[in-house]
Amino acid sequence: MSEIYYTEDHEWILVEGDIGTCGISEFAQEQLGDIVYVELPEPGKVVAQNDELAVVESVKAASEIYAPVSGEITESNDELVDEPGKINEDAMGDGWFFKIRISDAKELEDLLDKAAYEALIAGQR
Amino acid sequence: MSKPIETSSGHRGLDLAEPLIFELDGPGRCGVDLPEPDAVTNRLGGLERQAAIGLPGLSEPQVVRHFVRLSRNNFAIDAGLYPLGSCTMKHNPRLNEKVARLPGFADLHPMQPMETVQGALELIDTLAEWLCALTGMSAIAMSPAAGAHGELCGLMCIRAALEAKGDARQVVLVPTSAHGTNPATAAICGYRIEEIPADDRGRVDLAALKEKLGPHVAAIMLTNPNTCGLFETQIVEIAEAVHAAGAYFYCDGANFNAIVGKVRPGDLGIDCMHLNLHKTFSTPHGGGGPGSGPVVLAEALAPYAPLPMVVRGADGLELVEHKSEALGTAASFGRLKGFHGQMGMFVRALAFILSHGADGLRQVSEDAVLNANYVLARLQDLLTLSFPGPCMHEALFDDRFLQGTGVSTLDFAKAMIDEGFHPMTMYFPLVVSGAMLIEPTESESKDSLDQFIATMRHLAERARQGDAGYFAGAPHLAPYRRLNETQAARQPVLRWRPAVQEAAE
Repeated sequence: MSEIYYTEDHEWILVEGDIGTCGISEFAQEQLGDIVYVELPEPGKVVAQNDELAVVESVKAASEIYAPVSGEITESNDELVDEPGKINEDAMGDGWFFKIRISDAKELEDLLDKAAYEALIAGQR
Repeated sequence: MSKPIETSSGHRGLDLAEPLIFELDGPGRCGVDLPEPDAVTNRLGGLERQAAIGLPGLSEPQVVRHFVRLSRNNFAIDAGLYPLGSCTMKHNPRLNEKVARLPGFADLHPMQPMETVQGALELIDTLAEWLCALTGMSAIAMSPAAGAHGELCGLMCIRAALEAKGDARQVVLVPTSAHGTNPATAAICGYRIEEIPADDRGRVDLAALKEKLGPHVAAIMLTNPNTCGLFETQIVEIAEAVHAAGAYFYCDGANFNAIVGKVRPGDLGIDCMHLNLHKTFSTPHGGGGPGSGPVVLAEALAPYAPLPMVVRGADGLELVEHKSEALGTAASFGRLKGFHGQMGMFVRALAFILSHGADGLRQVSEDAVLNANYVLARLQDLLTLSFPGPCMHEALFDDRFLQGTGVSTLDFAKAMIDEGFHPMTMYFPLVVSGAMLIEPTESESKDSLDQFIATMRHLAERARQGDAGYFAGAPHLAPYRRLNETQAARQPVLRWRPAVQEAAE
C-alpha cells in the first residue's frame, strides 16, 4: 500500500512502508522549465523536516528542495546528475530525487494529499 | 515567411560568416617579422615549455578582419536601445573616453612613486568626495572592482564591526526580489541567508521583516529602488527596526540611477552601499569595460574600510597601503584587491559627474524615471503590469498577458530581436511569473521610446492574435537563430579542440 503526499513547496513523497521516495511535482517541473543541473544529498545524511536537501537549476532559476519529512537518506537518483532532463520528462516517476527512511510518520500529517495539492496549484496556474 | 536565400559563400550580404580564430590557423603565418633570438641559457630547471602552445598563425589583416567581423555581430548601447532592466545600460559619453585617454591618466602605472601620481590621487579623492556627498555618507572604499565585489566589501566591513563588538552573528536577511549576488555575497561571508517576502505592493513586508529580526541577524541587504522598479517607501522604518536589533543595513546601490540628487541614502539610515560606477556614472560595461563598485560607509563602519585608502598627509595626498595608527586605518579589515581600484573608470565617472554638475545629475535621475514611466503608461493597457505605478527607473511587466497564447516571455524576447531591439531583462525578478523588466535609462529620446513602444504593442497584439508559431521560430533575422540554451547549460563546450585531436580523444 503506497500513499503520496505533497508539500506547499511542490515536493512529493511516495510512502511505501517506512521509505519515502521524493521528487518535485509536475507543476514545479513545468514552472522551472528545462532543468540543467541537480545537486543531490549523499546517502546516509540525516535530515530534519524542511531542511534544505537538494538544489535544482533550470534555464530560468535555481531552487532549493526541502526534506518533506525527517529521516535518513537511503538512496539518491544519481542518473539525474548526467540526465537532469529526466525530471522534465517524468517528474513523478523516473525523475525522483532521493529516498528517505522516515523517522516520524506523524510528520506526514503536515503534508498535503493529492486533492489539497491540486487545489493549491489551481490558484497558481 | 519566404524561404531564406542560400548563398554559396555562407556569407549573407555583407554580413560575413566568421569561423573561430583557431580555425583560421595557417602554420608559419605571422603578423610581425622578428629576428631570431640569441641563444639563452635556460634557467627554468626543467619547467620550460616542451612543445608549441598552439597559438593560431594569422597575418595582421586577417586578425583585424576577424575581430571586426565578429564585432559586427555585437549589439551595443552605441547601436541601439538596450532596455536591460537593473543594468542601467546608459550612453557612455565620448567626453569620458577623451579624458580617460589623456596620457597622464592612460599611461599611469600603479607602482609609480607617490610624488609622481599626485594628480591621480587627487582625482580619486575628488571622486570620493562627490560620491560621499551624493550619498550623504562619511567614508568610502574605492577599490572594489564591481558591484558584487562592493557587496563583499560592505559585508566584510559589517562583519569586522560586529566582530569588534565580540559577536559576528549568523544571519543576513535578503528580500525575495534581491539580486542573486546579495545572498551569494552573504554566503561567501559565512552567513546563513533568510528570505523576507514581498507584500502585495512589491515592497518588503515590514511585519515579516520584524519577525525575522533578532540578536542572530548581522545585516539586511536591500536594493532601493528594488528590482520591481519600486521605491521601498518604508525604508526609514526598516532601518530603524534593523538598528534596534543591533544589525546593519546594507543597501545594494545598483539602482542608484533612479535617485541621484534626489535622495541621500545616508539620510535613510543606510550603513553602507555600493555604487556601480558602470551603471549610474556611465562607465562602459556589459563586455565594454571593467566594472567599478566603490562602497560608501556610515561613520559606524568607516574605521573598518579596506586598504588602500587615499588620505591627506603632510606632504600632499598619500595612498595608505598598510594599517597605521597615525593615519586612522588600524581597524581596517585589510586589502580586498591588488592595487587601487579601476582607475580608468574613476576618470570616466568623474568626467560624467563634472560635466553634468549637481543639477545635471538630478536631471539624469528625473529623466530616467520619466522615461520608465512613459514606457509603463504606454504599455500598461496591453501588457500586464506587475504592481501599480508609478515606477522608478524601470517598469516591471509579467507574462499574464501572454496567458493562453502559447507564447512565453522568452519567445517574446526573441521576437524583439527581429524587430531590432535588445530584449529587456527576462525572468527576473523571480517574484513575478515570466518577468519582463524594462529600464530605458535617461539616454533615450521620446522618438526612440516611441519606436520601442510601438514594437512592443505590435508584438503583444500579434501574440494575442494567436501567432504562436511565429514567436516559437524567432529570431528569424538574427545572425544566429534560436540557440539551444538547455543544451548549452547541460553540455557546455568550453574549449575548442582541433578536429584531429578531438577524434583521438
